[in-house]
Amino acid sequence: MKVMLSTTVNGEQVQEAVLPRTSLADFLREDLGLTGTHLGCEMGACGACLVLMDGVPVHACLVLAVQAEGSTIETIEGLNETGAAADLQARFHDRNALQCGFCTNGMLMSAQALLEANPAPTRDEIRDALSGNYCRCTGYEAIVDAIDTTARDRAARTEAAK
Amino acid sequence: MTMHIGQSQRRENARRHLSGRGHFVSDLTLPRMLHAVFVRSPMAKGRLVEIDTSEAEQSPGVVRILTAAELNARCKPWVGTLAHFAGMQSPPMNILAEEEVLWTGQPVAMIIAKSRAEAEDAADLVMVDIEDSEPVTDGAAALQDGAPLANSAARNNLCYEALLETPAVNEAFADAAHVVEASFTFGRHTAVTLEPRAVIADFDPSSGALTVHHGTQTPYQFQDVYARHFGLPEGKVRVIAPDVGGSFGMKLHVYNEEMGAVAASMILERPVRYVADRLESFLSDIHARDHIVKGRMALDAEGKILAMDVDDLAPVGAVSAYPRTSAAEGNQVIRLMGAPYNMPDYRGRLQVAFQNKVQTSQYRAVGHPIACAVTEALVERAAEVTGLDPFEIRARNLIADDAYPHVSATGYQFEKLSHQASLAKLREMMDPDALRADQARLREQGIYRGFGIASFVEITNPGAAFYGVGGARISAQDGAVVRMTPSGDIHCAISVTEQGQGTETIIAQVVADQLGVSPERVSVTTGDTATTPSGGATWACRGAGIGGETALRAGRKLRERILTLAGALLQADPATLRLEDGAVVDVATGEARITLEEIGRVATYRPDTLPDGVDHSLTVAHHFAPSGYPFDFTNGIQGSLVEVDVETGIVRILKHWVVEDCGRIINPLLVDEQIRGGVVQGLGPAFFEECQYDTDGQLTNGSLADYLVPMACEMPDIEIAHIETPTEDTILGAKGVGEAGTAAAGAAAMNAVNDALRPFGARLTQTPMTPLRILDALDAARKQRTDP
Ligand code: FES
Ligand code: FES
Repeated sequence: MKVMLSTTVNGEQVQEAVLPRTSLADFLREDLGLTGTHLGCEMGACGACLVLMDGVPVHACLVLAVQAEGSTIETIEGLNETGAAADLQARFHDRNALQCGFCTNGMLMSAQALLEANPAPTRDEIRDALSGNYCRCTGYEAIVDAIDTTARDRAARTEAAK
Repeated sequence: MTMHIGQSQRRENARRHLSGRGHFVSDLTLPRMLHAVFVRSPMAKGRLVEIDTSEAEQSPGVVRILTAAELNARCKPWVGTLAHFAGMQSPPMNILAEEEVLWTGQPVAMIIAKSRAEAEDAADLVMVDIEDSEPVTDGAAALQDGAPLANSAARNNLCYEALLETPAVNEAFADAAHVVEASFTFGRHTAVTLEPRAVIADFDPSSGALTVHHGTQTPYQFQDVYARHFGLPEGKVRVIAPDVGGSFGMKLHVYNEEMGAVAASMILERPVRYVADRLESFLSDIHARDHIVKGRMALDAEGKILAMDVDDLAPVGAVSAYPRTSAAEGNQVIRLMGAPYNMPDYRGRLQVAFQNKVQTSQYRAVGHPIACAVTEALVERAAEVTGLDPFEIRARNLIADDAYPHVSATGYQFEKLSHQASLAKLREMMDPDALRADQARLREQGIYRGFGIASFVEITNPGAAFYGVGGARISAQDGAVVRMTPSGDIHCAISVTEQGQGTETIIAQVVADQLGVSPERVSVTTGDTATTPSGGATWACRGAGIGGETALRAGRKLRERILTLAGALLQADPATLRLEDGAVVDVATGEARITLEEIGRVATYRPDTLPDGVDHSLTVAHHFAPSGYPFDFTNGIQGSLVEVDVETGIVRILKHWVVEDCGRIINPLLVDEQIRGGVVQGLGPAFFEECQYDTDGQLTNGSLADYLVPMACEMPDIEIAHIETPTEDTILGAKGVGEAGTAAAGAAAMNAVNDALRPFGARLTQTPMTPLRILDALDAARKQRTDP
């Protein structure tokens, strides 16, 4: 039996009927076609499926779609369109902080959340913050570099604005 | 003129991933698509008595349940042997188990339903009756006389055996001043690509055409496999490999499930999708390594290596993988032993055994980490007995940089390597004297640090000698079609594929330089058998060396064509013209004479204005296969610095260094990140990764919560330096770099851990070096000290 779900996804009001067992990840990917959110483990271990729910990163594979009732969801597609992480994306690009790109969604989500919470993280803090994000391709260092540089750039911009 | 070869350049296609617009097979949906799920054997070994699908058939959403009788009949069985591996055996395989199950997780039935969830529900309702029997899980036991057969269709449990031997190896050991020896155990691990295997097979009965969207590295190989095994004309089979979420050698083997999806699509005449979940990946992706190696090394009084004698036992599962076999890794292990060193004599014995586990086969740096770890651990012991430091013993034994060409004791021909220069460079980077001083100071505070180094040789740019000579239909050549559009832009369709290494970017750089344009004007197409020429694609480090050379030669052909056209238009001798900055330039004056746009315009829209007989086609094709040396070997050396907590056994990897010589570097940014990714894939199995089985042959850690993979917080910063020794076999001079990081990272790490534990007399010879194994080694050493 499907139930009605209404939520806001990337700034758009969404009303869909979903099966209660549908995960938020499957809902986003299959019902809304937002395939930028990836599935690597479906058990909360790899971080490929991270999305922002009311501003907080959550594992879309562990959240049921019905739990998103009334909430605001932001996926990589939304983040991309608002430009909120444009500088982060650019530094990832400069530093080649991705290879196959399958983990990239989750990496950007974690990085964005980290920099919100801690605008000046040390490299160790960055590595720590990525402890739920698995990447098989890169060796992580480039990702750490990209986040590190973004943090410095943002700080410099804030400083200059003062 | 700016050359783009050699420049760091960002990957244009990375932008798509950064904005959430990747095109992975697991993202694709086709009209009327069905979903496949497999019912798998819960036991490692047994006789299939009955499969009852009646209840499952009634389950909501189920369209069809396919069993072996119907599914296997569609597919010609496959056999995982190679003719040049004399005496090798492997029983034929088909999609679903028939009579006998051979490993936990082997598919026995296939459910096709409207959604994956419904197919999974139905799979739970299939009753499988298996009369179980004792599985063969231990490799050594499998080879004992009278051992039960792992696979009843095999003659015995010996899949393959080989012996390499120089005439004087026994004398070398007899005359040696020192002999060091040890036994090593290397765990089974697996690729764990973040995107699991994914396929959508789409058979169209109206045209007889099969299109397979397949997350693979080797689309052409699968075009051939699907055509032959399903009885289709090759021209009717199209394989499209769009973005692939990691592969590392794992996504080029033939798997039951992909073959099942194709068969089911042909039966049902609808698109059938199979995407593995993570548990299935652990149960059905190929696993890798799993070696028990006994090794000895003979040395003279000055610490010069005289010989090695090694014995490798490699259990590979119940059947050899197809089409590259499960014996290639062991073969490479015994051939790469001692490769960086002047070593006159050698004996290497390989035994490949069947057992009731999922197959092992080729994964990043096939055989390299095993050969490197054994060789380098023995060199380390040799340093101890001869009183030399790790750098000095290597300096005495590494092949001199001016001693090429060189043939190894195992028969490999090296064109030119740079071991001594690499060693010197690593010494500069690591500053071992400072590290030693730190180590001594910290030991006094109860902090145990150690460093280790490991030299390596990497096989790249393989030609036909790798698989072709053994009868495998795996292309040794690659192909490129380069064309200029009417607006003067360049397009290159090429057979080497992209999985994030940056293939498309480096190909654009290479082509751009041949045609005097910027790489932004070159678009590159890969990964579709219908739109790119046939070829071997990306595996064993062929992308830059073979793919790059193919693109270079194709680009030069088009350059000649354009210059001829320009000559005709300008009434000039083409030899007086060259291409630069998007135009044809007069060599003598450097003056631009005509733009590429203009040539494109005339050739396309006004060929009538050209003199008669001038070829105005702006498309050229070129295929290239390596000749000269059978492989291009690269070399390098790595160093690792670790800190071992002797109370908990936990190791912190503090720093890792790599010196690498991959010949001509096309794009330093991408090369360095390839190396770093490779190092981490070498450190993973050294410290964390292991597929653990119980004695019943059950995989006990088949999830990402139980199987440990390296994460950001455990991995060190990795410093990289390069030496460039281009191969003279090609114009481009590039060799591969994909395996280099993985080849020696574990070996350096093991030497580092043992260096840290030296004050305790403890030593590890097993990977992964888990905290428990480290504590056990410390314990054993303590016992040996207290009760001798
Ligand atoms: S798919 Fe959600 S954490 Fe891995
Ligand atoms: S880029 Fe492939 S998993 Fe991170």
